[in-house]
Amino acid sequence: MLEGLLPDLEVVRKDFPILTRTTPGGGPLVYLDSANTSQKPQVVIDTMVDHLERHNANVARAMHMLGAEATEAFEGARDKVAAFIGAPERSEVIFTKNASEALNLVATTLGWAGEHQVGPGDVVVTTEMEHHSNIVPWQMLCQRTGAELRWFTFDEDGYLDLSQADELLTERTKVVTLTWVSNMLGTINPVAEITRRAHAVGAIVVVDASQAAPQLPIDLAAMAPEERPDALVFTGHKVVGPTGIGVLWGSRALLEALPPFLGGGEMIETVRMTGSTYAGIPAKFEAGTPPIVEAVGLGAAVEYLSALGMEHVHAHERAITGYALEGLAGVKGLRVLGPTDPAHRGGAVSFELAGVHPHDIMTVLDTRGVAVRAGHHCARPAHEKFGVQSSTRASSYLYTTPEEIDALVDALEYTRSYFRLDD
Amino acid sequence: MSSELDALYQEIILDHYKNPHHKGLRDPFEAEVHHVNPTCGDEITLRVHVEDGTVADVSYDAVGCSISQASTSVLTDLVIGKKVDEALSVHQTFLELMQSKGTIEPDEEVLEDAIAFAGVAKFPARVKCALLAWMAWKDATAQSLGTLPEPATSSQEA
Ligand SMILES: Cc1ncc(COP(=O)(O)O)c(C=O)c1O
Repeated sequence: MLEGLLPDLEVVRKDFPILTRTTPGGGPLVYLDSANTSQKPQVVIDTMVDHLERHNANVARAMHMLGAEATEAFEGARDKVAAFIGAPERSEVIFTKNASEALNLVATTLGWAGEHQVGPGDVVVTTEMEHHSNIVPWQMLCQRTGAELRWFTFDEDGYLDLSQADELLTERTKVVTLTWVSNMLGTINPVAEITRRAHAVGAIVVVDASQAAPQLPIDLAAMAPEERPDALVFTGHKVVGPTGIGVLWGSRALLEALPPFLGGGEMIETVRMTGSTYAGIPAKFEAGTPPIVEAVGLGAAVEYLSALGMEHVHAHERAITGYALEGLAGVKGLRVLGPTDPAHRGGAVSFELAGVHPHDIMTVLDTRGVAVRAGHHCARPAHEKFGVQSSTRASSYLYTTPEEIDALVDALEYTRSYFRLDD
Repeated sequence: MSSELDALYQEIILDHYKNPHHKGLRDPFEAEVHHVNPTCGDEITLRVHVEDGTVADVSYDAVGCSISQASTSVLTDLVIGKKVDEALSVHQTFLELMQSKGTIEPDEEVLEDAIAFAGVAKFPARVKCALLAWMAWKDATAQSLGTLPEPATSSQEA
């Protein structure tokens, strides 16, 4: 037995009804695409169904019994999310549609008049290993404002080149944004260190925790203030929650300084035809009817993860990832793109197999019930760095077993023989 | 399960993949286009040379999977030397085959080696791969004739 695996893995797997699905041929389904989206435990499904069956009403504005229940469930979800990431205050948790919207919220409002407004001559710093969702909104911000976008590059092992920090982080730098865990390389970035150095030059730090929140324990309140990012985003569907819900956590200071993003119901204090005043956070950033049942589902999801214990989930991911890296190292012609030390990476493992295109690998694996992702994983610049268009990515999660990794390795060996790579 | 795979990876496809025909970018040409499959990053740069209403040359530089590379090679075999109208009608036949979800029996008279792609139509995720070059060719041909291309997303919506 691998050390670090979740103790009751078989029991945990029973929480996820989809894992009992089989392929058309009757074989087991091996889901190794959790960095793309995670599967959902029964408790999330049940919580959402129960909410729709018994407590459905609009929130905040409906004042009858059901309205009160729906509001309580929705705001309860905010409490659960706040606890999950150790948010210093519950009102710093803003519900969005997904991580992309949360990043767009910050990048867009930073371009508008306000204390932190980004303008010509300012610098926005990101990294070369970002998901497109954490590149494009900043490119758009820079295009609109005349600011300059610069980035940290990474080395051939997939680690950020921190020697560039002095050059990139100057008094011109207004915003630094980076992913905590790369969705392609798997690299875990030194968020605290970069945040400290960015804060030292007066920059705001925005962290994309879309891949970190599912795998790493996060405790914002416990971070030293100079090392704590100013904003952190993640997306519900990767933390065993539903789609349609994402989270922006921002420090009260930042969220109060930013102008509102979308206008509409609930984000106001008073509206007159001649002008309006805005609500305080979090309502200020939640115009219109929010994704209520999705938020409730997310609340159940993060509670489920917390009950397992994020340190245990992390240990499991590390054990499985280490096992996967060992197995993949034995496949001839296979090159892992990213760190090969499981201590410095998350569970998404992208690789190339000499002689077979990722699409073809994906199809062969799929016919054997092994679901992986092929493509650029929304990280085209990072692929360019390795001189490839695309890669194949296997990504595990808390329900992944060593046997499933064996099935992946077997399927890759089969792919090699199917395409007669040794002939 | 490998019979399912064999339906997709016909010998003809693997042959074209290993030894693609008409590869490389050549002069002269009237139009050059660059198409990408945004979901996977596969790319093609394709040039067409039309002379007296005939497809005189189709040349290309492409990166991608076996299906996209083989279908590019097959496309060039099929359209080079044909009258543009005729080539466009082959294009239409191929498009219908790929969109058929496997319900159409391919016509070997018209499609020749391209009938090998009938199996691809049953793999929805791979249809885009097979169509990348075909959509690029149609776009380039339309440009070379001075007619308006199809909507720019043709490589995706097909
Ligand atoms: C690192 C990272 N950032 C952002 C996103 C975007 O998440 P979403 O598509 O839910 O907005 C993803 C997931 O696709 C991701 O992996």
